[in-house]
Amino acid sequence: MFNSSFDAVVPMLCVVLAALASMGAEAFRAKDEEMPIGGLGIVGLAGAGISSGLLWNRNAASFGVLVADNFALFVTLTLVIVGILTIMFSSQVLRRDQLPKGEYYALLLFSLVGMIMMAMANDLLIVFIALETLSLSVYVLTGIRRDDPKATEAAFKYFLLGAFSSAFFLYGIAFTYGLTGTTRLDQVGAYLAAQSMSDNPLILVALGLLLVGFAFKISAVPFHMWTPDAYEGAPAIVSGFMSTGVKAAAFAAFARVFLSSFEPFSADWAPIVWILAALTMILGTVVGVAQSNLKRMLAYSSIAHGGYLLVGLVAANQVGKAAILFYLLAYAVTNLAAFGVIALLSSREKETDELRDFAGLWHTHPALAALMTVCLLSLGGLPPTVGFIGKWYIFSAAVSAGYYGLAVIGVLTSVISVFFYLRVVVMMYMADRDASAPVPSQVTGLGMVALAASIVAIIYLGILPTPVLDLAAESIATIF
Amino acid sequence: MPETLVFYVLSGLAILASALVIGQRNPMYSVMLLIASFGALAGLYIQLDAPFVAVAQIIIYAGAIMVLFLFVVMLLNAPQEDAADWDRTHPLRQPGIARFGALLGLLLVVQLGWALMRASELDVPVAGRVDAETIGSVRQVGRVLFTDYMFAFEATSILILVAMVGAVVLARRETDQ
Repeated sequence: MFNSSFDAVVPMLCVVLAALASMGAEAFRAKDEEMPIGGLGIVGLAGAGISSGLLWNRNAASFGVLVADNFALFVTLTLVIVGILTIMFSSQVLRRDQLPKGEYYALLLFSLVGMIMMAMANDLLIVFIALETLSLSVYVLTGIRRDDPKATEAAFKYFLLGAFSSAFFLYGIAFTYGLTGTTRLDQVGAYLAAQSMSDNPLILVALGLLLVGFAFKISAVPFHMWTPDAYEGAPAIVSGFMSTGVKAAAFAAFARVFLSSFEPFSADWAPIVWILAALTMILGTVVGVAQSNLKRMLAYSSIAHGGYLLVGLVAANQVGKAAILFYLLAYAVTNLAAFGVIALLSSREKETDELRDFAGLWHTHPALAALMTVCLLSLGGLPPTVGFIGKWYIFSAAVSAGYYGLAVIGVLTSVISVFFYLRVVVMMYMADRDASAPVPSQVTGLGMVALAASIVAIIYLGILPTPVLDLAAESIATIF
Repeated sequence: MPETLVFYVLSGLAILASALVIGQRNPMYSVMLLIASFGALAGLYIQLDAPFVAVAQIIIYAGAIMVLFLFVVMLLNAPQEDAADWDRTHPLRQPGIARFGALLGLLLVVQLGWALMRASELDVPVAGRVDAETIGSVRQVGRVLFTDYMFAFEATSILILVAMVGAVVLARRETDQ
């Protein structure tokens, strides 16, 4: 037992240590003393990133329940990027809103620990513990602005529905354990492949319950109800973190469970996921058109993007699996930057999240308006941004797997979604600024650096995606 | 036959306490009686050579879950039902709800009867099938916990830490301003 390698734990351990350090720093901080607690987090995340790089191609496994294969490491690197960008955006927001710094960073880092654990988990039990770790942290981060009734309401809704979906997931694990006698994913897969269990209806119950648990976390329709409320109520930067980090981690575990362990039953679950994907893309887009609040609009856009990712999961061919990884990275950078702009423009009294708040942004913040435009174009999937490449690969995977219907729905909903992304752009450039409205705050320092880095990544990956695409293809080659 | 005697005393206690739970008008008394019922069940588990299950029963059910129940009872302010003029219009008193409850009770009886019949069909007595050393002993549970499930055990400590930090963040008094 103890001669098993500890390697796979190292990236997680770096982040755990950073989280504990930020708790310690907050505890021993003198009153009114400024401490670079966010810096601790960045150091820990950099450690996680470097150790992931060193583990590449090594297929390390620890304790039999964690595997650091390239798939997990790709997701881990995506999460490290999400974490570092979030911390950079947060520093200005925390100071402005006077949020508890140590606790905020500790929870942020702990939820990243849960996300990394979820990506590496090779055991349903660990998937569940990781899911709870990241969810609990995110519930609290949602409601961290305690003087804001909207945030409290959002946190409470998210918590109740999340707890409910966890129960579904846990029942799915229990049924799987009851049928196969193990929670280890590789053993479950081997057992299901060896036994002909297609006549056993209980396996479908287990599949269905696990599907509901995952569908809630990736906010697929009809399990999406919490998403707009949670994203609208949470501080903008936390919404950005939720919509990218949680989604990446949940999708990693979703793909691992359904594409490896439950692969023998793909004929049973693929049609259901097909319907979920279609509903998610359509509803996310159609309802998104009607929103006047930018955070709500981005929430529906996040739902729709979950639908595109599900298309890759249904296609389940090599292109589709690699496209999921690439899309997760692309979406993470883009969406985080969009929420970052909202977070940085807001003030303590009011979040700049209504569509009309963006009227004439071009005149007051030309650079931010330009950056926001790039993000929105990438979300809409227009070239030469990374969003275009991501969608292109997802849809080509669907076509090559024979799912023409999904590809058509995907393209149509993308076209419709461009309408509501462009509406914001039109607002920023063409509309006149309401003279009585307060000028949004100026953005300085780290936030601007993070924004610039995101935009460079969006455009660079939009023009030269090949290295990262190759990396994604290499990542999936090891496990599926 | 002291073991048999203890068994009958404990099961009698469990049944009596459970019956009294549903006969109380004050939900506070119901909760307290439920604790007594759980305690008697824990004794039965010890008799079945399952000390770990017994301890878990006390800690989790009689301890943690009952605290949760008590809080719910307090938050719902349910002791109002104790009032002298029993509220006939209370939603729980509606015939539909009562019939639904009766249906559930009936289902449980059928289920238990079916399970008992199945158990008597088995050629080996149920108690003989369980090796006392492999199931439910604290030593065995501990061994599995710190070998096969060691990572899960350690990861849970992070989960609990997150829950504590979260509770402090959300519940502490605002002192800065």
